[in-house]
Amino acid sequence: MRFLFKTAYEQDIRLAKHGGHLFWYGSLMLILLAAPWWAGEYVLSQLHFICIYSIVGFGLMLLTGFTGQISLGHAAFLAVGAYTEALMQAAGVPFVVSIVCAALFAGAVGVIVGLPALRLKGIYLAIATIAFNVIVEEIITRWHDLTGGNEGRHVKPVDLFGWKLESDAEFYYLCLALTVICCIACANLLRSPTGRAFVAIRDSEISASCMGVNLAWYKTLSFTLSAALTGIGGALYAHKLAFISPEQFTLLASIELITIVIIGGIGFLHGAVLGSAFVIVLPQLISIAKDWLPSGTAPSGLQAVVFGVILVLFIIFEPLGLYGRWLKLRTYFELFPFYRKGMFRRQKSYMKSERLR
Amino acid sequence: MSFFRVENLGIRFGGVVAVDGVSFEVKRGDVYTIIGPNGAGKTTIFNLIGLLYPATSGKIFFQDRELTNQSPHQVADLGIARTFQNIELFEHATVLQNLLIGRHRHRRTSLWQELLFTGAARRAEVAQREAVEQVIDFLELAKYRDSLVAGLPYGVRKVVELGRALATEPKLLLLDEPSSGLNPEETDDMAFWIEDIKKHLGVTVLMVEHDMNLVSRVSDRVLALNLGAVIAEGTAAEVQAHPAVIEAYLGKAA
Repeated sequence: MRFLFKTAYEQDIRLAKHGGHLFWYGSLMLILLAAPWWAGEYVLSQLHFICIYSIVGFGLMLLTGFTGQISLGHAAFLAVGAYTEALMQAAGVPFVVSIVCAALFAGAVGVIVGLPALRLKGIYLAIATIAFNVIVEEIITRWHDLTGGNEGRHVKPVDLFGWKLESDAEFYYLCLALTVICCIACANLLRSPTGRAFVAIRDSEISASCMGVNLAWYKTLSFTLSAALTGIGGALYAHKLAFISPEQFTLLASIELITIVIIGGIGFLHGAVLGSAFVIVLPQLISIAKDWLPSGTAPSGLQAVVFGVILVLFIIFEPLGLYGRWLKLRTYFELFPFYRKGMFRRQKSYMKSERLR
Repeated sequence: MSFFRVENLGIRFGGVVAVDGVSFEVKRGDVYTIIGPNGAGKTTIFNLIGLLYPATSGKIFFQDRELTNQSPHQVADLGIARTFQNIELFEHATVLQNLLIGRHRHRRTSLWQELLFTGAARRAEVAQREAVEQVIDFLELAKYRDSLVAGLPYGVRKVVELGRALATEPKLLLLDEPSSGLNPEETDDMAFWIEDIKKHLGVTVLMVEHDMNLVSRVSDRVLALNLGAVIAEGTAAEVQAHPAVIEAYLGKAA
């Protein structure tokens, strides 16, 4: 077990708390940078998706994991980002500008959704965001002249100052760079007053507002930042798929996104990455498993069933998700043999005032 | 100029008049206590001051600024901090993180500085931490600094909540039953801290309290309420001897 001897406040503020962090995150970075050499075409393509979903996961994690506002409509922000990117690219706008616009435009839509959301909580907010998802999907389908409707739109590869990122490796580096930037920006935000205000709103709105946190402002800000990150993810998603159509941004896609956050571990940035990896890898495992099952027993809806069952199991048995499981495992070995079962239990305080909720 | 003044404050929930035309004034540097039997409307007054409920009638003035037309977070920005009767801490955070939230009104960084975590943001964080460490030192919370609030005993949580309110560097501190749920020893500590808060930090305290030992020990003025209305005001001894107060607590002699 490691004992940190703290001599400066800086040590608590730093992102890498000790040499171990530097070593492991550095190693991970090196492995990821070397991916085009060790990974085949197929694995690299999966890594694209993991990066893109991670960015979206960071966005949703800010909103759901840290601010405590559920959204079942994030696929709509993904769509806004994807279509903004596709249309601007078609209009000849350079990538650096168009991806910023995708983020800004998705963020602006986030403000519009965030404002009515100030009055809604829990399940009602979930329903409102589902409605928003359906509305956006419908607009995209109907606005044929702009979006191409159900026929969809083709998206060309990224053109970075005349350098066309046509190969998988080039696009991979772009995704990786943006993922790292978004991740560090989120981590920075979470160690500053804004991030603390988000967490305060999640844990107790009433005392957050008594500490001077402007609930309306921070909830809207959280929606905006979350939508903007999802917009960036959407722009990359459009390039990755090279073809976008409304049926990629349905409610089911939103549920897949919330699955990332829940399975990864709600309230941890790591969770967004682990959840993305899980959501990307699981369908492959299912299709491998299908070969082993006797023919006829594997219905086509198997994937949805497995996703649903896993989601339910996680919520019941491991609410902290994959990252929580990892934390427990690590603590178990660090403290061996002194680990106790209840160490990570998040107990509800027994005398919370109900009236002020 | 008055420091803190409540004029004819009232609220009704449907047909129930919870607070009925209460007026009082708190002088700067005083410890002012509100007492009264259960359901007298003490906590409701606190919630009215914090603007958690909209007052049906009356006005609240803090340093000659009217509070009633502000929003809840602005009350905190003006320098009014509060604790809750049943503790409203951020359960999933450490003591340190809870206290840092108290520094919210002293934040000086913009969103961009935070996203990029520039030198200014880093220096601001260190400064906030230094301010919080003063509170930790004052309330002797050093050994709980990195523990999760969810795992702490009730008495310690009570102190953490007091610390969070102090971290805002308030001018007026509202304490809602600071001694409820505490054992005699912890209550004694609480009394010391309230005296120190008044003497050394120069913070004015307005509190709701049931423990009459604590009340007589720390209060400069006491206000007694019953059924939402003021029945007596004065020093602790005067109020305790007041016939209306005795009647409210014990009932009329047969």
